[in-house]
Amino acid sequence: MTWDEIWPLLRTATGETLYMTGASAALAGVLGLLLGVLLVLSDRGGLLPAPALNKGLGFVVNIGRSLPYLILMVALIPFTRFVAGSSYGNTAMIVPLTVGAAPFYARLVETALREVDPGVVAAARAMGASRRELVVKVLLREARPGLVAGLTVTVIALLGYTAMAGTVGAGGLGYLAISYGYERFETKVMVATVVVLIVLVQLVQMVGDLVTRRLTHK
Amino acid sequence: MIQIEKLRKVYRDRGRAVTAVDDVDLTVADGEVFGVLGRSGAGKSTLLRCVNLLERPDSGRVTVAGQDLLALSGGELRRARQRIGMIHQHFGLLSSRTVAGNVAFPLEVMGVPRAERGERVAELLDLVGLADHAGAHPAQISGGQKQRVGIARALAGRPKVLLSDEATSALDPETTASILALLRDLNRRLGLTVLLITHEMEVVKRICDSVAIMRDGRITEAGPVRDLLTAPGSELARDLFPLPAHAPRPGSTVVDVTFEGDSADRPFVSALAREFGIDVNILGGAVEEVGGARVGRLRVELPGGPEENAARLAHLRAQGLTVEVAP
Repeated sequence: MTWDEIWPLLRTATGETLYMTGASAALAGVLGLLLGVLLVLSDRGGLLPAPALNKGLGFVVNIGRSLPYLILMVALIPFTRFVAGSSYGNTAMIVPLTVGAAPFYARLVETALREVDPGVVAAARAMGASRRELVVKVLLREARPGLVAGLTVTVIALLGYTAMAGTVGAGGLGYLAISYGYERFETKVMVATVVVLIVLVQLVQMVGDLVTRRLTHK
Repeated sequence: MIQIEKLRKVYRDRGRAVTAVDDVDLTVADGEVFGVLGRSGAGKSTLLRCVNLLERPDSGRVTVAGQDLLALSGGELRRARQRIGMIHQHFGLLSSRTVAGNVAFPLEVMGVPRAERGERVAELLDLVGLADHAGAHPAQISGGQKQRVGIARALAGRPKVLLSDEATSALDPETTASILALLRDLNRRLGLTVLLITHEMEVVKRICDSVAIMRDGRITEAGPVRDLLTAPGSELARDLFPLPAHAPRPGSTVVDVTFEGDSADRPFVSALAREFGIDVNILGGAVEEVGGARVGRLRVELPGGPEENAARLAHLRAQGLTVEVAP
């Protein structure tokens, strides 16, 4: 294949990868944030202790974390078909990508929230802040650098997951690398996808670091 | 202003129970600075956190400004807390907000409209001498300045009561002095009632009108500082004026004399020696400035046994001195 033939393929595949990563990162971000906040609130000694809920959530999150993504993706096919109406294609892939990344991000959110100085939370309580204010104005706001750093790691993990999605019926850089680079021995295509992936990861990390630094006032 | 009755708080953890506050009664009068002095682990921090119900006591009553706090609903309690200021050992400032943002936080909680907030924040920062640092983040200012932000924030709701949880324990002596001076000033100018807990005698000496000594969850001694210092057998006096141990010699009597106010200015030792024609041996002593007045304690040795010294001790007591015969 010539570079002229490769370019359009590469451009489309990169677009598909960005679409899958972006959409699932947004969904997993919201879901993970919710789960993470619930995990911290429901903990013994949290703002809304609920040991049963906490144990249940922890268990579900751990299941999501214990399966390798490739297996999770295949195991979720019926669920994906139920939610998206189809089990293959770029849009359908957003379902398993979200399910895989949300628990991952939830744990990172949990860690970031636990890093918030309990003295600050106590001070806010002493000022008469409500639980909602404690969560929104104190916990989430103080944890912002950690939340962004965690999201950066999650997005990079998702870039990896989308590559695997390419093997079970989605497009993107993973599909390009497997079907052209591997199965048709197009070394140039393989090299090109690897380079694009490396550049993407570097960019995501750079932007994440920049935002984290901006938000940190330590 | 603050009334604590029969307060009890027990921490239970895996079957073990620790009584942090054990049947404590305490009354803080309107407009006074009241100190609770004790070592770490004495339960004073728990006691303080029970006053705004950051900790819920197991039993007892807490009344602040006439309001029985334990009878309040969640929303009522939050509104009551908005009128009870609190400052903390490690400041408890939001690192993500500027100095002005931190002072604005309680105003947001109280629902003060944005337009009024700016003005009130400026006023509060001015009050604590931090008008120039409004835009700085807590990480960029010193410990003393952080505590000033904490104080400005605590005063946002125009509270009648300020609770201070070891507010100067993380500060160096000079900064401690300036923060204590500020608290004293606010106490006088705003009529603010201050309940503070501390392990530093320095704090009691400088600003407390009344003090309670806490040990193992109980109050062992409480009252106006000057009364306690001259009260026989007072723990506070013993801690403030540590006197050297003495080996009592046969045929002599060792006496501790506490003097304060006017009596501190009279040369009572030489007067005693002249009056009775005896030699007075000074074994040790200390003079301290407490609440702006001089208070001191002297340990002296007088010749003769108890009977011979009865008249001499009566003479000292007649001058307004507190006299205790050492065992």
